[in-house]
Amino acid sequence: MQIFKNFYEKYINSKKVAPYIFVSPFILVFLVFYLYPIISTVIMSFQEIGFGEAKFIGLANYKKLFNVHYKNALLTSTNYTFWTILILVPLPIILAVFLNSDKTKFTNFFRSSIFMPALTSVIVAGMFFRYAFGEQASTLANSIIGIFGLEPITWLQNYIPAMIALVVLCVWRWLGVNIIYFLSGLQSIPEEIYEAADIDGANSWDKFKYITIPSLKPVIIYVITISVFGGYKMFAESYAYWQTATPNDIGMTIVSYIYQTGFNNFNMGFASAIGITLLLIVLVVNIIQLNIFGLFKKEEQ
Amino acid sequence: MKKSLLIFLVSTMLLMFTFSAAAETTTLTYWTFQELHQQFFEKQVELWNENNPDNQINLESTVYPYDQMHNKLLIALQSGVGAPDIADIEISKFANYLKGSNPQLVPVNDVVDPLMDKMITARFENYAKDGKYYGIPFHVGATVMYYNMEMMDAAGVDIDNIVTWDDYVEAGKKVKSALDKPMTTVEVTEHWTLYPMISQIGSDIFAEDGSVILDNDKNERVLTFINDMVHKSEIAVPAPGGFHHSEEYWAFMNDEGAASLMMPLWYMGRFVQYMPDLKGKMAIRPLPVWDKGGNRSAGMGGTGTVVTVQSDKKELAKNFLVEAKLSVQASHKLWTDLGFDPVRWEVWDDPVMSEPNQYTEYFQNEDIFGMLLDIKDEINPTMITEKYPQAIDLLKKNVSFKVIKEQSQTPAEALKDAADELRQ
Repeated sequence: MQIFKNFYEKYINSKKVAPYIFVSPFILVFLVFYLYPIISTVIMSFQEIGFGEAKFIGLANYKKLFNVHYKNALLTSTNYTFWTILILVPLPIILAVFLNSDKTKFTNFFRSSIFMPALTSVIVAGMFFRYAFGEQASTLANSIIGIFGLEPITWLQNYIPAMIALVVLCVWRWLGVNIIYFLSGLQSIPEEIYEAADIDGANSWDKFKYITIPSLKPVIIYVITISVFGGYKMFAESYAYWQTATPNDIGMTIVSYIYQTGFNNFNMGFASAIGITLLLIVLVVNIIQLNIFGLFKKEEQ
Repeated sequence: MKKSLLIFLVSTMLLMFTFSAAAETTTLTYWTFQELHQQFFEKQVELWNENNPDNQINLESTVYPYDQMHNKLLIALQSGVGAPDIADIEISKFANYLKGSNPQLVPVNDVVDPLMDKMITARFENYAKDGKYYGIPFHVGATVMYYNMEMMDAAGVDIDNIVTWDDYVEAGKKVKSALDKPMTTVEVTEHWTLYPMISQIGSDIFAEDGSVILDNDKNERVLTFINDMVHKSEIAVPAPGGFHHSEEYWAFMNDEGAASLMMPLWYMGRFVQYMPDLKGKMAIRPLPVWDKGGNRSAGMGGTGTVVTVQSDKKELAKNFLVEAKLSVQASHKLWTDLGFDPVRWEVWDDPVMSEPNQYTEYFQNEDIFGMLLDIKDEINPTMITEKYPQAIDLLKKNVSFKVIKEQSQTPAEALKDAADELRQ
């Protein structure tokens, strides 16, 4: 017993070891479910894979990337990411400011109802949106544009309407989550700063521009970073609208392309190669974006 | 004390049950993506168990969504664990499972070969590789024309005088001027318009040696013809929703949106299920021909049921499948329960095939199978290669869509693009 006690005191309960024990669940999960798959994806991207057989074929899978479908998928994903960020940063900030204001009534009701969509499954929501964006004149989307005297649109078979449908679904789903981020950012701004501004005679717009936005900068950077990930890895929304066959690739994202190549056409090697390029693209985009915001600059004195 | 005794007794009994059950019945696992297939198999198991008291089967079937089932099965076969004993594989996915030198499916030649002279053999070729049959089909999928007789009568068209596709276009013009409605709809985001017509005219996506012939003259003629129906004679419109299985389309057709439709025979079930208002108005006829004496149908779609190599009851599974899908009794049921045209053509003139059921009540035809017997030798086999899933993908996504819907390419360009991509 004494030996065990010593062992416990000396190693497990020591300041050097204990932290490692606490992080070990994460490390284990990371090794088994992230690092191992990443390594085998890299290996598979150089292989041709059949049933129980794998043959190294050098860079052949990467050479296949120069095709029109990959270009279309890359464009769709980039477009989607761009538009979602363009909407899902300013809009939630404005709504969060209103929800944070003392003058707004029923704030709790609005907060929860805006957050609600984030809790639904994409597929269920997607079914609803799939029918809302149907092509008859009587569908929800066509009735709305009908009010403005526009002709019914075949939403899901044209590039721009399809992109609108994707972005609308995304905004509907993620608006509430982003509002929560910005609300918590707003609540951490000290009241005294606004009071001081009031004394100096600043109006509401000045306060928003010179106090609120600069104070929210870390939250904005965070939201943009996760939106870049989210935008490029988007799959479920596209699947909900078109399943696997998107006419002329109009709604095919990079992840849909991976799915189609890997599972529908059983070309695991090529699918892995696309996956590796996706990883690199997201890395590069995020590094550029963080650089622009000056996150890597040393603190200026 | 009493309590523990009770527990002991109950557990012994439970144990005995398990053992006695294990001694007689064999459990087979079955995956499918189609609930109708599952219901059909459940009934067939009951029948099997009545006929084979000393060789009972307990079928554990699971219905997954289409994509999920095919993916799950692919991963299970690739990783070597977790596959069921038997599974349904849809025809456009089948080639994925035959890829490479090492298919994870069991050849069924020993059980189907003795029956081959009574079968439409072309349907078995779809699931074959190197002379081995790996899948057992459900139906022939003969493509036919469904006419709305009320609209035909109103326009003064006699459908039995429609012999060639040119006649069909002429009839379409009459319908158009009399009712101001399109004669038919064509698919732009799936392949059930272009592909059957390609097969009917005697062409295909791949030649017998596996080379790509998608951009040959015959196929160009077919696609040009479809395009002209939409944009020149204007007797056809792109199907609402893009394809003939969309919600939009069912609503449109049920409301008499178009006067006729070309789909395989298994589409009868869709009429019965989704277009109830057309009951009693529809009649089925063979397809118009391209040239005099040409084929009047094409075999389309299908599902092959397979036995996987991971099964440890391969013999039983194979015997059960043949009994459940190819026997005379099963062939009758395939028609009466599912509305399929069974691959065992020998039974097509059996009395039960012309008895009234939900399908004969819906359609005006006196004798559907008499008509099928007439055209059974006019069904070309379709060539399936490793690239077939990719080819179907391209037909669905690009070819008809770019030509007919977007009008961004000519038929020749679209076919050439797709063919070049398949040749890479």
